[in-house]
Amino acid sequence: MSEIVLTIDDQEVKATAGMTVLQAAQQAGITIPTLCHHEKLEAFGGCRLCMVEVESRGWTSYVVSCLYPVAKDIVVRTRSEKVDKIRKVLVEELMAHAPDSPELVKLAEEYGADRNRFEREASFCIVCGLCVRYCNEVKQKNAVGFIDNGPLREIRFIPEVAARECWDCQECFALCPTSYAQAAYLLTEALAFPGQRKTAAPAAKTPARAARVIPIMPVPVTT
Amino acid sequence: MPRLQTAADLEKLRTEILAARDPAKSCIAVCAGAACDGMDSAAVAAAFVAEAGKLGDKIEVRPTGCHGYCEKGPNVVVTPGDICYFEVQPTDVPEIIAATLQGEVVERLVYKDPNTGAKAVHMHEVPFYKHQMRLLIGDNPKIDPMRIDDYLAVGGYAALVKALTEMTPEQVLDEVKKANLRGRGGGGFPAGSKWETTRNAPEKTKYVIVNGHEGESAAFMDRAMLTGNPHKVLEGLIIGAYAIGAQKGFMYTRHDMPLLEKHVRQALAQAKEYGLLGKNILGSGFDFECELHFDVGIFVSGESSALMRSIEGNPPEPRPKYIRTSVSGIWDKPSNLNNVETWANVPQIITRGAEWFTSIGSEKSKGTKLISLSGNVVNSGVVEVPMGTPLRTLVFDIGGGVRDGKTLKAIHFGGAMGGSIPADLIDAPLDFDGMSKLGAPIGAGGLLLMDEDTDMVEVARYLMDFLTQESCGKCVPCREGMQQMLHILTRLTEGEGKAGDLERLEDLVEVTGAASLCALGKTSGDPLKSMFRYFKPEYEARISDQAAGGSAAK
Amino acid sequence: MSKMCEKEIDSIIEKYRGQPGSLIHALVEIQHENHWLPREVMHKVAEALEVPFARVMQIASFYKTFSLTPKGRHEVHVCTGMTCHLRGAARLQSKVEELTGLKDGETDAESRFTFATGACLGSCSIGPELIVDGKHYGRMTPEKVEDVLKRYE
Repeated sequence: MSEIVLTIDDQEVKATAGMTVLQAAQQAGITIPTLCHHEKLEAFGGCRLCMVEVESRGWTSYVVSCLYPVAKDIVVRTRSEKVDKIRKVLVEELMAHAPDSPELVKLAEEYGADRNRFEREASFCIVCGLCVRYCNEVKQKNAVGFIDNGPLREIRFIPEVAARECWDCQECFALCPTSYAQAAYLLTEALAFPGQRKTAAPAAKTPARAARVIPIMPVPVTT
Repeated sequence: MPRLQTAADLEKLRTEILAARDPAKSCIAVCAGAACDGMDSAAVAAAFVAEAGKLGDKIEVRPTGCHGYCEKGPNVVVTPGDICYFEVQPTDVPEIIAATLQGEVVERLVYKDPNTGAKAVHMHEVPFYKHQMRLLIGDNPKIDPMRIDDYLAVGGYAALVKALTEMTPEQVLDEVKKANLRGRGGGGFPAGSKWETTRNAPEKTKYVIVNGHEGESAAFMDRAMLTGNPHKVLEGLIIGAYAIGAQKGFMYTRHDMPLLEKHVRQALAQAKEYGLLGKNILGSGFDFECELHFDVGIFVSGESSALMRSIEGNPPEPRPKYIRTSVSGIWDKPSNLNNVETWANVPQIITRGAEWFTSIGSEKSKGTKLISLSGNVVNSGVVEVPMGTPLRTLVFDIGGGVRDGKTLKAIHFGGAMGGSIPADLIDAPLDFDGMSKLGAPIGAGGLLLMDEDTDMVEVARYLMDFLTQESCGKCVPCREGMQQMLHILTRLTEGEGKAGDLERLEDLVEVTGAASLCALGKTSGDPLKSMFRYFKPEYEARISDQAAGGSAAK
Repeated sequence: MSKMCEKEIDSIIEKYRGQPGSLIHALVEIQHENHWLPREVMHKVAEALEVPFARVMQIASFYKTFSLTPKGRHEVHVCTGMTCHLRGAARLQSKVEELTGLKDGETDAESRFTFATGACLGSCSIGPELIVDGKHYGRMTPEKVEDVLKRYE
C-alpha cells in the first residue's frame, strides 16, 4: 500500500492510501473530537464535530475527517477560528437536547459552549446513530432503528425484536452519549412488553452487566 | 410499427409523416399543462373532439402539453396562424370551431391588454410570448405527447441520427463542452465537464439520469417540459449516454402527477417500439435502455446523491461529496445526473452546433433558461428567455408587473434555498454568476414576485419551515440548526423577539452553511443571508418592538 | 383490510420476494392499493424481501407518501408551496382545520376526511388551491371551502 505524506497541525504525518484524515491523525497521536464515530462501525459523518480545515491545491475547504481520504501534500488544521466556532455551535445545538451528557459537557468546556444558548428541546436523544448502527452492523439484530425525518427523526426500539434480543445484550446502552438508548429501551419494554422480556436461563449465562446509569439531576433553570 | 433499423429508415418515416400532413389544415391545440388541467382543460378538449368529430376530418384536435401562459388557461392555439384563445370554456367550443372553419377569429377570446385594451391575436403579438425565445418550449403546442410522430414531424431525433451516424462519442462530448452548457437544476455546473468525468471513470458500467424531481417550491417548468415534450428530454439523454458510454438510463420524477406519468411511460414505450431505445439503435451498434422511477414525496430526494440512493431502494440520505457521483453513484457505478432542462438543450446543440448556442446568452451563461414566473405577478406561467435578459423584462414586459395594482417589493429566486433581492435591482441580468453574487441564485428557475404587503420575516420563517420538513435528519447542523433557526423566526413573527436573536441567527446560518452534509443544509440559510443583506431593518424592528415593550433584556 | 385488498397485497409481496432493493417499489404499490401500511403487512414485506423490519419502518416513516394509519374516504389537500403561501394558503388551511376539526395529517373519527398539506404541485398560477381526491379547486378563498367539502360524503 502506498505511503502518503500530509501535514496535520504543522506536523508531517505519514499515512497509507485508503486511510481517512481522522485515522491518520489518531495514528499520529493528534486528537480530533468525535461523537458519532466508533472504530467498529462504518464512518457516518452525522455529528460533524470532527470537521477540520483542509488546504489542497490552493483551495481551503471544511470537511469531516472521519470520511475525508488522505491525499498527498494536503495541509490539515484540526483547530482554527472557524473550526472552533463550528464545534462550539454544534455542541450548543446538541446541549439543547442533552445538557448533562458528560461528553458534551467536556466539549463545552473546551470550546466555550453555552448550554443555554438555544431553545431547550424535549428529547435528549442526539440522533448520533451509534445504537442503531451498532445493532445493525455489529450485532446484526436491528432491534432499534431510525424513524421519521428532519428534526422529528428519532431512534425507536422495535418491540417484537427488542423483547427477545435486548436484555441479554444491552451493549448499545454504554455507547449512548446521553443514556437515551437505555431509557428508550426501558420505556419500550414498559409500554409494549412489560414483564415479557426473553432472557437466557440465568444459570447458563454470565452475570448481567450493570449498565452504566447517569443520574438525572435537576437542571438549573435560567431564562 | 416495425422497428426502425437504420437512420435512413427514420428519415424515410419522417418524410412519410410530413407528406401525410397538410399544413393548411386547421388544428386546434388544447393545453393540458398543470394549471390548465387544474382548470379542467380536459373538458374543453373533450368538447372540441366532440364538435370536430361531427365534421369528419376537417379539423384536427390536438391535446398538448404546457403552452406556458398558465395564468390565462385553459389555453387554446389554432394553427395555421398561431391564433391564441384564452380562458376557454367548453361552452366556447362551437363558436371557435365555426370561426376556424371560416378562417375567422373569435374576438372576445383573444388577448386584451389590461391597460390599453389593445388586442393581440397571433402568438408573436401577445406580449407574454413576444419577449420570449422559446427554443425548448416552443414546440409544446405542436406536439401531442402521446404521439411520437408529432415529435418526428417537428424534426425530432434528427440530433440523435447526427450524433450516432456522423459523430464519435468524443466529438459529441466536445460539442457539449464547447457550448458551455451549464446545469439547469440549480448547480450551474458545466455539463460537459461532468460528462467527461463520468466518461473517464474506470468502471465499464455507467448510468445516466434525468432529474425530474423538481422539488423547488414554485418551480414548475421541468414538469411542463417533461409532460409536454418528453421525447426532447429522452433524445438528449440518449445522446448524452452515447457520449458518456452509458448503457442504462433512469428518469426520476414525481409520483403525484398522473398525466406526467402517462406521457413519460408512453414516450419510453414508443421510443422502444421505434427502435430508438434498446439494442443497436438505428444500426449504430450503440445499446441503451431507460427506466422510469418515482420519488416518494420528499424534497431531499431531488439532491443528486440522495436521488441515487432512492433509485437503489435505500432511504434518500445524501452522501458527502468527497465521493463524486460521476465516479461512484448508483450501486457505486459512475452516474451522470442532469436536470430535465439540461438534457432538453442537448439535441439543439448537436443539430445547430456549439457556436450557434454560444451566440445566445451572456458571457458565462449560454443559451436560454426556462423560468417559472409566479407569486404576486399578473401573468404567471412558464417562460423561456435568453440568459442575460434583464429581470425587468421578465417581471414587467412578460410578467405584466405586480397584481392588484400593488408595487414590487422583492424578487425571489431559488425557492427555499435561494434568496430575495429588492425591487431596485430589477435591471440585473438573468445570469448564473451575476445573480449568485447578488445573493439570489437562479436555482432551478422559479422566479417569485413579492408585493409591498409581503412580510419578509414571515417569508424566511415559511421557507425554513418547508426545509425542516424536507430535511433527512442525518447531520446535526441541518437537523438542529434549522430547527433552532425556525424557533427564532417563529418567535420573531409572533412578536416574541429577544435580544441576541439576530446574532444567534447569524451564527446558525454560518455554521449550518459550513458544516452541513449536503446542499439542503448548506443553502438553508441563504434566504436569511439575503434578508439580512437587503431587508435587515424589518428584522431589527421585530427585536426593538419587543425590547421596547420592557421585558428583561438578556 | 378487506379480503380483496389482502389478496392484492399478497400478490405484490410475492412479486418482489427476495428483492431487498425493491422495498420502496413494494411499499408504494401497497400504499396505492390499500391507502395505508398496516404493521402486519410491513412484517410480511420485511420477511419476504429479506430486509430487517427496522428498515421497513424507517422507510415507511421517512417518506410522507406512506401512511401508517388508516386514511379517510377522501383526501383533502391544501397546497402550501411558496406561491400558494404568498397568495394566502395559510388562511385556506385554517378554514379547513376549522371546518373538519383536523390538523395536518389527521383523519376524522368517521373516516370521512384525511387532511394533508404539502409542497408545490406545479399549478402555481391557480393558487391557492384545494385538492380533494386529486381534483383541483383553484383560486380558492376561505369562503368557498365549505361548499367544496359539502360535496364529499
